[in-house]
Amino acid sequence: MSISIQDVEHVAKLARLDLSEEEKQTYMKQLNAILQYADKLNELDTDQVEPTSHVMELVNVTREDERRSSWPIEQVMKNAPEEDEGQFKVPAVLD
Amino acid sequence: MSLFDMKLQDVHAKLADKELKVSELVDEAYARISKVDAQVGAFLTLAEEQARAQAQALDEQLAAGDERGLLFGLPAGIKDNIVTENLRTTCASQLLANYDPIYNATVMEKLKIAQAVTIGKVNMDEFAMGGSNENSSYHPVRNPWDTDRVPGGSSGGSAAAVAAGEVYFALGSDTGGSIRQPAAYCGVVGLKPTYGLISRFGLVAFASSLDQIGPLTKNVEDAAYVLQAIAGHDEKDSTSAKVDIPDYISSLNGEVQGLRLAIPKEYMGEGIQPAVKEAMKTAIAKLESMGATVDEVSMPHTDYAIATYYLLASSEASSNLARFDGVRYGVRSDKADNLLEVYHRSRSEGFGPEVKRRIMLGTYALSSGYYDAYYLKAQKVRTLIKQDFDKVFEQYDAIVSPTAPTTAFRLGDQISDPLTMYMNDACTIPVSLAGVPAISVPCGTADGMPVGMQIIGKHFDETMVLRIAHAYEQAGDWAGRRPAL
Repeated sequence: MSISIQDVEHVAKLARLDLSEEEKQTYMKQLNAILQYADKLNELDTDQVEPTSHVMELVNVTREDERRSSWPIEQVMKNAPEEDEGQFKVPAVLD
Repeated sequence: MSLFDMKLQDVHAKLADKELKVSELVDEAYARISKVDAQVGAFLTLAEEQARAQAQALDEQLAAGDERGLLFGLPAGIKDNIVTENLRTTCASQLLANYDPIYNATVMEKLKIAQAVTIGKVNMDEFAMGGSNENSSYHPVRNPWDTDRVPGGSSGGSAAAVAAGEVYFALGSDTGGSIRQPAAYCGVVGLKPTYGLISRFGLVAFASSLDQIGPLTKNVEDAAYVLQAIAGHDEKDSTSAKVDIPDYISSLNGEVQGLRLAIPKEYMGEGIQPAVKEAMKTAIAKLESMGATVDEVSMPHTDYAIATYYLLASSEASSNLARFDGVRYGVRSDKADNLLEVYHRSRSEGFGPEVKRRIMLGTYALSSGYYDAYYLKAQKVRTLIKQDFDKVFEQYDAIVSPTAPTTAFRLGDQISDPLTMYMNDACTIPVSLAGVPAISVPCGTADGMPVGMQIIGKHFDETMVLRIAHAYEQAGDWAGRRPAL
């Protein structure tokens, strides 16, 4: 499998990144090199191997469904790039 | 000799005897920073006002009685991906240049209880992605042993600040070697605990199934103290383990007599610099002379670890870093006219090249049509790598290896070739994939630069890892060696 410029553009769009033409060329080359290296994993037969998503035996962790206080809104808003009446403000969703 | 060359117990004895004040320790930190940090570049943000106020309060406490926290008065450098209340936390990224957290990471709450003093936030590779600290979007960190060389990464600021005597200890984070490799390059001790031993609440997530916080110190005993202070279950991190926390300090008995150690031949292969191999052989001979047995073993899937890691860690990163969208916090691009452009422009302007590269790689590996071939395949190989460790630990108490294939390289040497850069983590990545604990302890020099030995233990067997490292350190001739900076 090899990555084309179109693949790079598609993935950049999925990742919400704008890339310059130069960046596209660079990432195409570098991603191809990395994935070519990763192809060595195919030397291993893993048909009978279970995947590991996590090294610990994890089960769902729940807590009692009881009311707790949350952060004061004015603190939460302290880092907001733009806010209006205690809400995060963004430009129009649609043009 | 610097105040920071004393062992924790000696510092505390002097404080108790009123021969030393916390304010003097804090003075020492800022004096050293103003003297050397222009050369080292370890710090991104200083917390001088808060630190001096805290020092004064601690000195008053000291005058009033004998009660002291475990890390009482010790000046600390905190990696800048650990969130600190009212202290700027950037992850060395432009995207978070103005981020002023409203809460503390759990480890910071624990340091508060232990009464350590936060001196400032230390530099790192952006979002902990990198092995040289050249990926900081602010400035690189330089190795205190030779400022033409890198300190390693991603916790390069943590390792360099300790090595240069700017702080007494530091916290770092380790995803694929980011505590151990810089510790090795800078000649300090660095511990990556078992996955789940320390709460990740408030650690800005890179790869959630791998990330772990840990200490960087000048000696093994101090690492045990810091670990003691920060380990333990936290209900705010549901992946933190509910295990009993042993007394790490009392496990340091100086003994390795009768221990069975393994050295995997794959960790001493052709990719390892000959001088590093020599230092390692000398260290092994030392451990044998102290009564341990060291056998060569094979861990056949070692060679697949780097590919596995970069697929998994980048996939997790692409998902985790989706939260940086310029809406709730962080820097929003001023060139955006609609919401989609806010996302695109803020991320494109805010992230550096390595972060973008990993987001691209991870997004590709998780994307429709490639998930099975890359992501799922890597998860399966992760199982095989973990089984390599399980098998060796059936017969051995611990595994030893070099921490890194080479000593610190020169700034600029590898930055244009990501794949070569990734190879520096060859000895640390398999350990991260298995989730087991490992420490890097200095074991000599090669061409004047420090070499680290990695000691790897079973899940939650930090006591064994610390005990071996401590015994080796006591018997070796490293203690007291400092850069000439």
